[in-house]
Amino acid sequence: MGKVIRMGEFFRRGFLESTGEQPSLFEWIFSTDHKRIGLLYLYSISTFFAIGVTLGLLIRLELIAPGRTIVGPDTYNALFTLHGVVMIFLFIIPGIPAAFGNIMLPLQIGARDVAFPRLNLLSWWLYIIGAIMALSSLAGGGGPPDTGWTFYLPFSGETTTNVSLAVFAVFILGFSSILTGLNFITTIHRLRAPGMTWTRLPLFVWSLYATAWVQVLATPILGITLVLILAERILGLGLFDAARGGDPLMYQHLFWIYSHPAVYIMVLPAMGVISEIIPVFARRPIFGYKAIVASSIGIAAAGSLVWGHHMFVSGMSDTAILVFSLLTFIVAIPSAVKVFNWVATLYGGSIRLDAPMLYALTFLVLFSIGGLSGLVLGSAATDVHVHDTHFVVGHFHYVMFGGTAFAFFGALHYWFPKIFGRMFNEKRAAWAWGIMICGFNLLYFSMLLVGLRGMPRRYYDYLPQFAQLNRLATYGSWVLALGLLFMAVNLLIALRRGKHIGANPWEAATLEWTVDSPPPPENFAVLPTVTHGPYDLEQAGEP
Amino acid sequence: MTPTWLDTTEAVDKVFLYIFGISLALLILITAVMVFFIIRFHRSRQTKPKDIPSSCLWLEITWTLIPTLIVLSMFWYGWQGYLSLTNVPSDALPIKAVARQWSWSFVYPGGRTSSKLVVPAGKAVRIAIVSEDVLHSLYIPAFRIKKDAVPGMTTHVWFRAPESGSFDLFCTEYCGLAHASMITTVEVLPADEFDSWLQTPQEAAGTAKSRQLLEQYGCLACHSLDGTPRIGPSFARLAEGEKVQLAGEAEKSAIVNREYLKRSILDPQSEIVQGYPAVMPSFRDKISEQDLQLLIDFLLQTDKTSTSGERRP
Repeated sequence: MGKVIRMGEFFRRGFLESTGEQPSLFEWIFSTDHKRIGLLYLYSISTFFAIGVTLGLLIRLELIAPGRTIVGPDTYNALFTLHGVVMIFLFIIPGIPAAFGNIMLPLQIGARDVAFPRLNLLSWWLYIIGAIMALSSLAGGGGPPDTGWTFYLPFSGETTTNVSLAVFAVFILGFSSILTGLNFITTIHRLRAPGMTWTRLPLFVWSLYATAWVQVLATPILGITLVLILAERILGLGLFDAARGGDPLMYQHLFWIYSHPAVYIMVLPAMGVISEIIPVFARRPIFGYKAIVASSIGIAAAGSLVWGHHMFVSGMSDTAILVFSLLTFIVAIPSAVKVFNWVATLYGGSIRLDAPMLYALTFLVLFSIGGLSGLVLGSAATDVHVHDTHFVVGHFHYVMFGGTAFAFFGALHYWFPKIFGRMFNEKRAAWAWGIMICGFNLLYFSMLLVGLRGMPRRYYDYLPQFAQLNRLATYGSWVLALGLLFMAVNLLIALRRGKHIGANPWEAATLEWTVDSPPPPENFAVLPTVTHGPYDLEQAGEP
Repeated sequence: MTPTWLDTTEAVDKVFLYIFGISLALLILITAVMVFFIIRFHRSRQTKPKDIPSSCLWLEITWTLIPTLIVLSMFWYGWQGYLSLTNVPSDALPIKAVARQWSWSFVYPGGRTSSKLVVPAGKAVRIAIVSEDVLHSLYIPAFRIKKDAVPGMTTHVWFRAPESGSFDLFCTEYCGLAHASMITTVEVLPADEFDSWLQTPQEAAGTAKSRQLLEQYGCLACHSLDGTPRIGPSFARLAEGEKVQLAGEAEKSAIVNREYLKRSILDPQSEIVQGYPAVMPSFRDKISEQDLQLLIDFLLQTDKTSTSGERRP
């Protein structure tokens, strides 16, 4: 239990304060407090993000000019495989839900913890074990995996690299994801404070709820698919081997049945973050609360039925292409509805452009570019030309980095004062943001263009006509990395020396801002009774 | 109904133009409205937020319906374009493309083979794509066509090159170590030149034949003739009686002779030359005994580059 100290005497450290009962490392890595587990996730996810960025920078450096620049083709193939595995399974999928969801979900619904605190701790341990296994596939044996993060058979069944270890690591990570999803669903159903009706739930909670269902329903299919790869590699069953009556296309179906919904696991929580930030800084209630909730559920549901658009040139039947193309266009509608509602929230507001808002507004534009560039990928005729080119790489980086990662940075700046009780330097935060968007667009817009001109992806070497755009993209990657570094340094300084702030620096109306910053270990001394909606900003500060 | 006879490039580019045009307009609209709101309602101009409703049913319905109509039109237009890619003109010339790690070979009516795709100008060609090992994908950006090569399956694309010229052909489905080297060229010849090329018999023996076999089986993707380092050891210094250092714990070596070369082609994983990755696929059951003997003859020749036009190191 946290010590009760009056404000002003000295700074309260809330849940960050050591209880002194165990060695300090142990009281973190064996803690069942959702806030501590969330922070463990935040630190580990940030570390893996840094590793992923480094791998990405090496890929870009190799591609600065045609021919061999710094590494050979074997190393290059391992680089893009690990960049994909690390960024997708260790950063983006757990990113917002496991770090910020863990910390904020109980606070936002007025609960003392998640429904299953020990299961929550187990999720983090599974995540760490999976992560260590994934990274150890780099060393020893046949060398780092070289299949791409998609592990397409028959190649992944034949290569002599450490694919089995990497695949098993992803299998373990899947369990971590399922358990977090299960925990969140139960928490949202059972632990809402009195008066926290479904229409008073913050939209971030709604997005976590929709995400959790996708995690619970889709991830087991990934597990099964990965077991089948292992069976293929170790037992040689021939399930996907055409020579023995198997079907290589079946693997792609199984893989994308999970991995396309996974895109929504990645982006829905990001949309939730944006729905939290925009009303607070526009000083207006969110426009169309119910439409945004409905679109989250619509995305989660329709998003589970569009996996085939990854396979338009795979040899799949034309009827399947017709159906999947249609469904893919349908799933674009709820995303558009969200964007319109966010923009409409700005109307009539009194807008403050603090760092979280800058990231949220950038999300709107970059996510729109990502989404709109996805339309030519959903259309059967145009997908044929751009499929498996750098256009696809540019497109999903606009959605995943420009969308989800920018929302992650927005969340980081928005909740930083709540989690640590300190404020970062606003001016430096804005500079870091400015550098990042310049680098980002230089990097990924060049990729869109070079892809349209026909440069295939996963190419270690390329023809001279692609050289100029690739060089620009590499320059962009340096600018982007500089911005990221600047942001990280600013936040690290704030962690140590940031100005102490009170409970509600942004004057927001959701429940997490009613408790101290950092929150006390038990969250609420008395469970609150909720009397107003999450964005009734005139009542900010009252439960 | 469907514009069956539309060339592939034309059919696809129309759809690109339609979708990109609308997307760009939407992006500019969204961004402009957002920026306008940020400036107009910045707190320096608007100190207190307006008290206006925060939901509006007819607005929600409008901005659900309009995007729905837009995306449905994009879907339909895209599907029509796709049909042009699948409706092959009945007079198309059939060519077979064989993909393997990491090279292409093309087989024409009458049995002629080549490592470049040679097609006549102005005439439709229909390519049947097969793979000998893992997934590959045949991609010709200039004609906007792409289709995976799937083991155990035959897939098809068609296109018509309006005039003669050279175009790039890529593999776009990641297929292992030398994926990025699995590039070749589409040579579009005037129709009469193509016909005479097709009818020219290929040499049955000699260096030209060996050279053609090297291309057909994709050897040159990884092994150079002039000593240039590639993924596998160069053929330049191979000679009867030479000692080759092999990878392994003990100091293993092999002597180059017909048996060694045969083992290296049919069972390459058994003896890996030191310093090179163990990635070569086996050619057992993929190469005829006659072709194998011809290749071995050639590899033991001292002068391997004389007719190829490449310079010696």
